[in-house]
Amino acid sequence: MKALGELSIGLLILVGALFCLLSAFGLIRLPDVYLRSHAATKSATLGVLFVLFGVFLYFMFYLEHVSAKILLGIVFVFVTSPIAGHLNGRAAYRTGVPMWEKSVRDDYKDAVEVRERN
Amino acid sequence: MFEQLLNAALVILSLAMLGCLYRLLKGPSMPDRIAALDAIGINLLAVVAVLCVQYRTQTYMDTILVIGILTFIGTTAFARYMERGKVIEHGNDESAR
Repeated sequence: MKALGELSIGLLILVGALFCLLSAFGLIRLPDVYLRSHAATKSATLGVLFVLFGVFLYFMFYLEHVSAKILLGIVFVFVTSPIAGHLNGRAAYRTGVPMWEKSVRDDYKDAVEVRERN
Repeated sequence: MFEQLLNAALVILSLAMLGCLYRLLKGPSMPDRIAALDAIGINLLAVVAVLCVQYRTQTYMDTILVIGILTFIGTTAFARYMERGKVIEHGNDESAR
């Protein structure tokens, strides 16, 4: 029974690490800043949440220690990672980093024009 | 079996950090580098968490929190610096909106 639990927790951690590798792959291969920050923000966050949750479960079941710090880390990463991605993308747009030439839609440009007209 | 899974996770996380390092060195624009740095910080957090399990210790859990906070603060400060040329704004001037 213990071996089965350890196996599933190890698989949880491994799946999280694979998500992180997938996000690094997207960070290398995708064509422009906005798409890259999509890969880096979302799937890296999901992978780290998987890893931290696995660590939390291991400490809870096998070392008799419910770690509030790990829970706090999960909540903190979950809340702050999208904020950082959003700030980074907005800074990229406002400093004039070009979009991919095959992009079809730019809603933020209209919003900026409306604000400048008023 | 469990130890092998943890070692495999560490290797995979290191590969992910190497990929982010490539984007950090090459990235054509500044926001690329910042996004890569953010991803490296997040992956480092996962590495420290796995090391926590491998050594069966609770000592490194503070490190997880500190790395998370520093990554967020660093990304925010970099983005604000790129956008406005300064990190902390005094007063509520018109350009702050």
